Parts: sequence; C-alpha cells; structure tokens
Amino acid sequence: MIDVEKEAARIAEQGESAPRLARDPINLPMINNWLEAIGDQHPGYTEVAPPAMVQVWTMAGLHGQRTLDDPLGQMMGILDEAGYTSVVATNSDQTYHRYLRLGEQLSVTTSLEDVTGPKRTGLGEGWFVTTRSTWWVGDEAVAEMRFRVLKFRPAQKPAQKPEPVEETPKAQAIRPSVNRDTEYFWEGTRLGELRIQRCGGCGLLRHPPGPMCPECGATKPKYLVSEGHGVIYSYVVHHHPQVPGKQTPFVIALVELDEGVRMLGEFDGEPSVGQRVEVVFTEVDDELTMPSWRPRADR
Amino acid sequence: MNAAIVGIGATDFSKDSGRSELQLAAEAVRAALADAGLEPSDVDGLVSFTMDTNAEIAVARELGIPELTFFSRVHYGGGAACATVQQAAMAVETGAAKVVVCYRAFNERSGHRFGQVQTAAAANIDNSWSYPMGLGTPAAMVAMFARRYMHEYGATSEDFGRIAVIDRKHAATNPHAWFHDRPITLDDHQSSRWIAEPLRLLDCCQESDGGVALVVTSQERARDLPQKPAHVKAATQGSSVDQFTMTSYYRDDLTRLPEMGVVARGLWEKSGIGPSDVDVAVLYDHFTPFVLVQLEELGFCGRGEAKDFVASGALELDGTLPLNPHGGQLGEAYLHGMNGIAEGVRQIRGTAVNQVGGVEHVLVTAGTGVPTSGLVLGQG
Repeated sequence: MIDVEKEAARIAEQGESAPRLARDPINLPMINNWLEAIGDQHPGYTEVAPPAMVQVWTMAGLHGQRTLDDPLGQMMGILDEAGYTSVVATNSDQTYHRYLRLGEQLSVTTSLEDVTGPKRTGLGEGWFVTTRSTWWVGDEAVAEMRFRVLKFRPAQKPAQKPEPVEETPKAQAIRPSVNRDTEYFWEGTRLGELRIQRCGGCGLLRHPPGPMCPECGATKPKYLVSEGHGVIYSYVVHHHPQVPGKQTPFVIALVELDEGVRMLGEFDGEPSVGQRVEVVFTEVDDELTMPSWRPRADR
Repeated sequence: MNAAIVGIGATDFSKDSGRSELQLAAEAVRAALADAGLEPSDVDGLVSFTMDTNAEIAVARELGIPELTFFSRVHYGGGAACATVQQAAMAVETGAAKVVVCYRAFNERSGHRFGQVQTAAAANIDNSWSYPMGLGTPAAMVAMFARRYMHEYGATSEDFGRIAVIDRKHAATNPHAWFHDRPITLDDHQSSRWIAEPLRLLDCCQESDGGVALVVTSQERARDLPQKPAHVKAATQGSSVDQFTMTSYYRDDLTRLPEMGVVARGLWEKSGIGPSDVDVAVLYDHFTPFVLVQLEELGFCGRGEAKDFVASGALELDGTLPLNPHGGQLGEAYLHGMNGIAEGVRQIRGTAVNQVGGVEHVLVTAGTGVPTSGLVLGQG
C-alpha cells in the first residue's frame, strides 16, 4: 500500500523546485501566435506580453519532459502507482505583478502546497493536488499561480463513457396539456400540418384557439392548414435558468404567420425581427410532435 | 373611497428567513396591527392574493382573530397587490367588514422560486402555447415584449438599465433594503450576464423571503388611530382585450400594456387627479422594460418617449416624478409589490427614509404583463 499522505508530505518538504528556464525570451512572434489562437484582438501587445500568457512561456513543448524535482510530476507518479490514474484540472488562479517586456528571460519554480483526499467525486474517488508556481525575471517574482488537479480512479461501473449529467432533452421536455378545444392542433402537428382555428360561423382566424368565437359567438370552430410561412415578430434568446428538454442558449420566436395569426416556437438560427421563417415538425414520441421554426429563403 | 391604510408591518427581507411562510405572515400582520394601534380582535376581514400559501383562516388562527366576516383572494399573483387594498376598501365601504388586513408572505428565495421554470404550470391550457416551446420563465416572457419595444422605438439595453440604477441608488440609502449600501452603475448593468436576451441579470428583480401587511379601515375610524392615515383616493383593477398571464402576444401592439391603461383611466377618473399631480410613483419593477411601458400607459410621457423621460433625470428623488424611493423590488425586496404599497403609506405619513418633500399623492402599481391593479394614496 502506498501512503499517499506520507509521500505528499515528503514532496512538500522538498520546497521549491530548481528554477526552470523558459525556452525563449519574451518575443513578438509567439505573442502574435497566442493572440491569434485565443482570438484576442487587443492592439496593445507590441511591447509587452498578454499577462494570461505567462504559463505558456515555460511550457516544455511537444516532446518536453518534467524535471525530476518537479513536485507535480512526482505526486502524479505516486498517485498513478496508487491506482488514481486519471487527471482533470480543476482550478487555476493566477496573479500578475507586472507586464512582461520583450526580451525578458523567464524562469519558473514550483512547490507542492496541498494534497487532500481521498474524496468521492462525480468522476470517481480521487485526490486534489495543489501546487504553487512562481515566475521570475532574475530574482524578481513577476507572476504566481495556484494550480489544482483532481487525480482520480475512474468510476468502474459503466463500460462506456459516463452518461452526461443532463438527461436527453426529449425525455423531460415540458408537454402541452391538451383538451377538447386544442386537440385539433396537436393532431395536426402529428400529421405534419400547422392548423389555425377558423370560426365555423364568421371565418375568424384565431390562435391560441378557444371554444367560442369572440366575434360572432359561434361554437363550431373549424381550422385551416397554414402554409407554415411567416416572419419573426419578436424573439428571446434564453440563457438562464435551465429549461427542461432544452440546451441553453436557445431562441424562442414569436412568428406572425402569413395567414395573420401569431404563434410561438423554438427557432433554429440567428434571429432578427422581420426574418422570414417556415415551420418544422419534430416528433417527440407517438403522442407529441412539436412545431418550431427555421429560416426560409425569401421566394 | 371611504377607506384609509392605517397600519403597515413587515418582517425582515432576506434570502433565507429560517421560518415558515405562515410565521412570516403572522409576524407581518401582528406588526401592522401594532402600528395601527389595533388588536387582532378588531380584525374582521383578511385579503391576500394567489401564489401565497397562507390561507386566510390559518393567519386568523395564528393571530387569534376570532371571527371573520370577509375574506378574499385575488387572482394573477403580483398583479393583484393593489387589488387587495381595493377589496379591503370595498369591504369597509359596504360594511362587509370594519377592519381588513391585506397580507403577503413567502419564502420566495429559500423556498419556491417563481423565477424558475414551473413545469407544473404547463398543465394550464393557456401555458401550453408557451411552456412546451421553451418559454417558461417570467424573465423570458417579458423579454419577448422588450425585444419588440426596442425594435419599434429604438430603446436600448442601457435605457432599461437606467431603471435598475435608479432603484439601486434609492435602495442604497434604505437600511431595510436587501441592497442597502450597494448601488450599481450603468456599466455594472451592461456587464451583467444575459438571462433572456434582451434582459440582463440586473434587469430582473431579486428574489426575497419576507412578509408585508397593511391595515385598512374607514376614514372615520382612522381619525381615532395613532398613525396619520393614507387615504385610498382610488383603487382599481385592469384587464384588457385578449388578455393572457404574461403572454398577451396576440394583440395588435406588443409595445403596450393596455391593462395598465385600464388601471390608469380608472385611477385618474376616480381620484380626480392626473399624472402631473403625482408626487411619488411606486411602479412595479419586476423587470425594467415594463417600467418604461408603464410610464407611457400612465400618461407621464408619450408612446416610445419613456427612454428620454428616464434619461432626463425625472425619476430621481429631486426629479419631477421620484420613482420607488425605497428602492423598489430591484433594490428593497421582491414582496410581489406589497412593500411598495407600504412605501406609499410612509411617503404620505412623511416617515420614509428617502422622504420626498410635500407629498400629497402617491401612485402605486401592481404586477405588469398580467391582469393588474393600481392605487392612488393621498393625504386626509
């Protein structure tokens, strides 16, 4: 049996690793590559490096190896042996003391701050390993980082990947309640028809529907089948909170159909008021088919 | 109306009250009666509104109120806040009851949160045209109106944000407000995360635990009581054509709140005052865009002009129409508008922490986007 805590104490006692030099001095080509990769268009990084890039300068490269006195490497090895073979980074808190200028030569030292466990997590049982790194220019500390990983034993149970936390959308989507006044609509969606209530007396089109025509008082509602074309009258991009059966963010559009009534539905696309859309039907199960919208090329 | 609010009471406003909703209701009612100089045995009427779990008879039991001759519960949640006072005033005027207490109490943050998706609400046939499509929160439902309002009138997210900034500014100097001493800037608003575009987090009111109660009796009785009465000059409800709860999307115009227009007409007719006579406006502010629309419906400015009216500084404490001096629901607490009525009473009494000078008339409105209500309170 490996005593993880005892090994951790031994590594922590070693203190800081020896300074490890960056491969290259701070330089513009690498800054430009990084900005491009991150998508940062700030024009100010011509004399100094983006602070958040600090860890990049001392990365070991594609075929790099950890130094023998690197405490994180040592701790990983011990936990591997103890059966905690998987790793996931959980926290990275960086503090920048000043900007780094072109031509400066960085080095980094690292110490082991803390190892706690074993903890039961959603990924499996594991240990949280926290290290503290300091970047130096000469003997001036220019940046620091507290870095935490979870080194864990993958949960044994499922043969394949663990199920995502969220259940499949269709299983838990909110279902409409249906009654005598509205069942024609949901029968229609099952058949691929978007039905609009039309008064059997005066012909008034109406959505949402109801049992008595507010215009003429008739109680013989019929329906017509919409062409399913219209324009976005208004829309919402929903971010919070989570909605059962939906992946945020998503768009709900209030569509004014060409026949003249408005109807809500999810919209798949970049929305704008006035945009032309057409109906799409998505079968949830045998009982329920939901109408929604997608962009439609004009004419 | 021959009625006055003679007592107000509240619990602390928190995010976790640590007690039952019934206890909050009982504490608020007891505090309001103490403020009014009345005993539980004086009470013969109780009114609340839906989305409150405290039955009238349960509140009566806790307070030791022996007999009730009038009890009522108004529909449509926050839209009913001012309607409780209307019910109480009508009961007092007709003799159905002599002393009526209106109350609201809930653990809306630590318990059941209205801002989450209410899956059970989809059982309502009206909601079956919105919830299954993914439109299932009050913020998103208001956002649908707000997007169209922006489209038609050129209003921006910043125009909405100015309402939040004013409310939080007023709350910052109100020790009872949850956001006491925590004002925000327009930049804070603009950098707050999206909830339901075009609404940001700071466009949405907070969630609160707490209780508020109001004591209503006749103006004659009020003369013998210790507090300066706030007379009910007018109280009315409003519902309009093709009305839905939060989703009246099928009317010709999505930039209006015609049910608030109904309330406005009723209030001005019954009270005999007009918009220019209002000294303090306590407008329901669960979501900022509807404060702009209310300003237009109530006649403080023209259609589409609210953004300019707000930007002019009119809603500041020293402006022409001081808005929510207690901080509103965005700043003080979300008690479904009842805390706003209590603020109206304090402004009439002259005892508010952010007291406006020379207040003759206070306008209070209730929930927007739903069948709603409003009040004009005045000096005796």
